[in-house]
Amino acid sequence: MYKIVAKKVLAPAIKQFQIQAPEIAARARPGQFVVLRIDEKGERIPLTIADYDPKGGTVILVFQEAGRTTMELGRLEEGDSILDLVGPLGKPSEIRRYGKVICIGGGVGIAAIYPIARALKEAGNEVVSIIGARCRDHLFLVEKMGEVSDALEITTDDGSAGRKGFVTGVLQDLLVGEEGIDLVVAIGPPAMMRAVAELTRPYRVRTVVSLNPIMVDGIGMCGACRVAVGGKTRFACVDGPEFNAHLVDWPVVMQRARMFREEEKRAVEDYFLGSECRCRKR
Amino acid sequence: MPLQEKVRVERRPMPVQDPRVRVGNFDEVALGYGEEDALLEASRCLMCRKPACIQGCPVEVEIPAFIGCILKREYRQAVAVIKEKNNLPAVCGRVCPQENQCEKYCVRGKKEEPVAIGRLERFVADWELKNGGGAVAKGVPTGRRVAVVGSGPAGLTAAADLARLGHEVTVFEALHEPGGVLVYGIPEFRLPKEVVRQEIDNIRKLGVAIKTNTVVGKTVTVEELFGRGYDAVFIGTGAGLPYFMNIPGENLNGVYSANEFLTRINLMKAYRFPEFRTPVRVGRRVVVVGAGNVAVDCARTALRLGAEESWILYRRSEKEMPARREEVEHAREEGVRFSLLTAPVRILGDESGWVRAVTCRRFELGEPDESGRRSPVPIPGSEYDMEADTVVMAIGQGPNPLIPQSTPGLEVNRKGNIVADEATGRTTREGVFAGGDIVTGAATVIQAMGAGKRAARAIHEYLLSRQK
Repeated sequence: MYKIVAKKVLAPAIKQFQIQAPEIAARARPGQFVVLRIDEKGERIPLTIADYDPKGGTVILVFQEAGRTTMELGRLEEGDSILDLVGPLGKPSEIRRYGKVICIGGGVGIAAIYPIARALKEAGNEVVSIIGARCRDHLFLVEKMGEVSDALEITTDDGSAGRKGFVTGVLQDLLVGEEGIDLVVAIGPPAMMRAVAELTRPYRVRTVVSLNPIMVDGIGMCGACRVAVGGKTRFACVDGPEFNAHLVDWPVVMQRARMFREEEKRAVEDYFLGSECRCRKR
Repeated sequence: MPLQEKVRVERRPMPVQDPRVRVGNFDEVALGYGEEDALLEASRCLMCRKPACIQGCPVEVEIPAFIGCILKREYRQAVAVIKEKNNLPAVCGRVCPQENQCEKYCVRGKKEEPVAIGRLERFVADWELKNGGGAVAKGVPTGRRVAVVGSGPAGLTAAADLARLGHEVTVFEALHEPGGVLVYGIPEFRLPKEVVRQEIDNIRKLGVAIKTNTVVGKTVTVEELFGRGYDAVFIGTGAGLPYFMNIPGENLNGVYSANEFLTRINLMKAYRFPEFRTPVRVGRRVVVVGAGNVAVDCARTALRLGAEESWILYRRSEKEMPARREEVEHAREEGVRFSLLTAPVRILGDESGWVRAVTCRRFELGEPDESGRRSPVPIPGSEYDMEADTVVMAIGQGPNPLIPQSTPGLEVNRKGNIVADEATGRTTREGVFAGGDIVTGAATVIQAMGAGKRAARAIHEYLLSRQK
């Protein structure tokens, strides 16, 4: 059992757990993830490690309530435990001195970009970060992102904070206006990461994205998370989760994310209605 | 019983669930012998002075001895005899391909049906699970610690043997449940998970500790295990990396590896979705590519999940199929259909990225290849499309690279299998032993157990030879 020692609501439907997991905390590196299972009936889902404290033996996980499992997870409170947690999985981000890097986090992806931005900063890079959300209320980690960035740009879809529009608007300006961008790292919804990839492609700026496909085991056993990268099938769990954004076959990424959409809908309905339809019984 | 009478008794059939009924449930297909069947079957054993059956058993169970115990109705003693060599009798009694092993060598098999050794093994093993086992003999503590990586057949066998020899054993399992392929791969209807759980509990009673959710190579490395005070490491991580065919369309929605399909259903219990949260989707027509036991398991599972048609595509003929004959028979009875001398060349999708059909090609058999089987030769112009909602790739699994990648000095071969001595499991890294599918490539449960057993013996000698 893995105990939730602290819980925070970061934004509507975005929650943060600090979980006791000393072995994972000791080995975790930026870019890696865990797989968790809430209880005996739970599914295994991957979550990026948003931070880790080797001394305190805890890891931070941030998740957005999107499907049944994340909704159930969101109902857990401080002091509750989850049954299974395994990691750190996947290859860590390649952290070295690139020069000037741009770190982009969209939505819940802000949590995942944070440890990478911090590590890149610590490695001596000039870090410009761009974080984006639907509106002001959905932004989080603003202060912490500011601490690890030489410059922090904020965007909201509705303009309620920072610049109105998407993260790609700011990125476009940076690509046009600034010389010598050595690396772009983007984590967010697939549509955002794809847009970033298309934007940087003509500039030939090395661009890395972290994919979050459907997974079961997370250790290379099932192939559910396979993605086409540079014409080759790769497993995001062991070969990734980070890949060269310019080589990712984005339509396949988006199509595979829809594989269980109907079942996911059914599971959420079942969650709210209970497994039997009450109206018919009456 | 006098010899003449023994010879007259015919091999007792295995009672099974009616195919029409069982195809609608996940309960075990083979129901197991009752006592009367077991006693009659046991009476067929000729008690050869030089029993040939034993040489067919990879772990050398004293077969006539345990059958002799059955005849005396000393079932607990019968299990004890088996367990001297085999710690998973209820598993092996169900999933061993006895027809290629012990029963193949049974002298009665030369003129008629061999003694049903596997069914008798299962009978006594089940008897013990139901009535409780005998006293557990633990070894005198040696003060040596062994880490076993992977809790499948190889790891569990090595762990149990080492514990009996008095070593302190911890098994590290990556998944949330121990058992390896016994829990994620082999379906409930062939090997109930409760049986696996009980056999593992019995191994725990020997003092073996099992740590789940620990990925050696990620959570902890082999190197670090030595640092934590383990004196030797046994690697039995199996063949967990699914192969695909690398044909167009394999990334369409509705295409699964056999591992994914079976793991969702067996380990995660997707057949009870949404009560169990893991989904799986089968659709109307399921096409399974391959003809090993895994492929047959997938095809039979698909029918139980409501598929109207479940097909097996295999590029050779029935004779070359690697699956157990009995399983193929069971599959046929349940309605699985076989398209032999056929293989897919591409998978076709609809506009939303879902599988809609498989383009197949016909084959004929040519000259025997290196495996001794006649090799399939494609027939030009024989392509045709077969409608499908789901495609399962069951063409084999390779070694998982996580441990070799993270263990300096551990040599692997061209295919990525760990290089280990067959007799001892010794690898190129001192103190590290390996066995089972991670060394040989995908094989059988009992072969992996045999490797675990040989490695346990070698690890024991290694530990005793070293001064602490």
